[in-house]
Amino acid sequence: MTEIWEGLVAGFWLVVTLDADLVEITLRSLQVTLSAVVIASVIALPLGAFLAIRRFRHRRATIALLNALMGLPPVVVGLIVYLLLSRSGPFGVFGLLFTPTAMIIAQVIIITPLIASIAHQAIRDIWAEYHDLLISLSTTKRQRIATLLWDGRRALITASLAGFGRGIGEVGAIMIVGGNIDNATRVLTTAIALETGKGDFALALGLGFILIGLAIAVNFAIHAIGQTESEGKW
Amino acid sequence: MVSPILPLQMRGAVVRRRGKALLGPADLDLSEKGLTIVMGPNGAGKTTLLRALHGLERLSEGQISWQLPFAETLLRQAFVFQTPVMMRRSVRDNLAYPLILRGSDKKQARQTATEWAARVGLSHAIDLPAPQLSGGEKQKLALMRALIRSPDIIFLDEPCANLDGRAIREIEAILIEAQANGTRIVMATHDIGQAKRLASDVVFLMRGQVIESGEASAFFAGPQTPQAAALLKGDIVE
Ligand SMILES: Nc1ncnc2c1ncn2[C@@H]1O[C@H](COP(=O)(O)OP(=O)(O)O)[C@@H](O)[C@H]1O
Ligand SMILES: [Mg+2]
Repeated sequence: MTEIWEGLVAGFWLVVTLDADLVEITLRSLQVTLSAVVIASVIALPLGAFLAIRRFRHRRATIALLNALMGLPPVVVGLIVYLLLSRSGPFGVFGLLFTPTAMIIAQVIIITPLIASIAHQAIRDIWAEYHDLLISLSTTKRQRIATLLWDGRRALITASLAGFGRGIGEVGAIMIVGGNIDNATRVLTTAIALETGKGDFALALGLGFILIGLAIAVNFAIHAIGQTESEGKW
Repeated sequence: MVSPILPLQMRGAVVRRRGKALLGPADLDLSEKGLTIVMGPNGAGKTTLLRALHGLERLSEGQISWQLPFAETLLRQAFVFQTPVMMRRSVRDNLAYPLILRGSDKKQARQTATEWAARVGLSHAIDLPAPQLSGGEKQKLALMRALIRSPDIIFLDEPCANLDGRAIREIEAILIEAQANGTRIVMATHDIGQAKRLASDVVFLMRGQVIESGEASAFFAGPQTPQAAALLKGDIVE
């Protein structure tokens, strides 16, 4: 019990004094996950809008696939990316394994389906609401998509935030493809796993505080956006 | 001089959904001027008729002919839906939207929107999100948004259902003014009083069929069918 208490205090001090290791690991975590969120959003938001508006042959199957991909176990994604990037794999020549780039790739694969799925639902709802009006005003396809993306912007931000929340707390895939190398690929979650294993609870808890803080901030932001959305304030 | 899109002729129009005929076969003529009231009990097909005329329902049979190709006429038509569609934007941006679609300068469009809001007493709400308005305010906003491009014809689907007397009076005043400015009006209602106040001609629908149609004064003075007579007498028709 005293061990945990001491760990809490020490971890708290690390945060307050901006411990160098802690800052480095936190920044790398943010760099990896923010990059992944930006890339995934660029793919997923238009994809979600496209799926909501356009009718095409395999639309239902695509949506089902998207929802299935959302449930992919991160560890399995990590394994697959590992095999692809490993020296003997098809992309081995790029030497990406155990780099932050590999971690970003894995996270993009994990969060793109999530963001696309949330974006799809949101845009679909607005499209159902606006459909007759936009036809009546004889809008062009471009104008329709622009209108739906603009009026759905809050929901789209929420989708990206949800992707960030999933990425920042993910450990399985980035552990496998990043390797948790000190000063190179160590991020919040992998560091916590390592330090806990070593019994160094101070650093683990300090990192844990930051992770929890980030998760709470994201959820708070999502909640705040949802609130303004449901009250019709924007 | 722009060439007119009216008169319109609808011949043998049928709208079917899952094999069931919701409308028709029905004929209808819309002259260049006037205010046509479409009457009939719930489920008679008023909404279906207006949507078919506006091109939102595909005809299974028959045709509707305007004086110009449909796509050109659509640019000069407007529709106010039974449940007003409130875009998730401010009242001002809702009003400016149709203008901006047509390539108006954004600042200019917002300026015009502000003036149009003032005309129906929506100035206090100009920056509010449209979905927050009251029922009557939503209807007024939807009506002004439909009129802001000065359409040649406007379709209104029961715009005064569930509104109180004051809101009804305001909406009717706007319609009378729009008509004076040359907008052709086609409006569904089942309020006989409103029909009598506004109509220049009447279309009476039941079960998807045009039971009776013609000039309003003649219709109200001497309906030709027992169903219309019953409606005007205040009996329940279904
Ligand atoms: N999407 C739909 N699918 C099947 N039937 C419908 C649909 N929409 C309306 N109807 C039916 O079509 C008929 C006419 O409806 P509508 O045009 O809305 O009548 P009104 O506007 O006069 O109340 C009604 O019997 C209604 O139940
Ligand atoms: Mg109706």
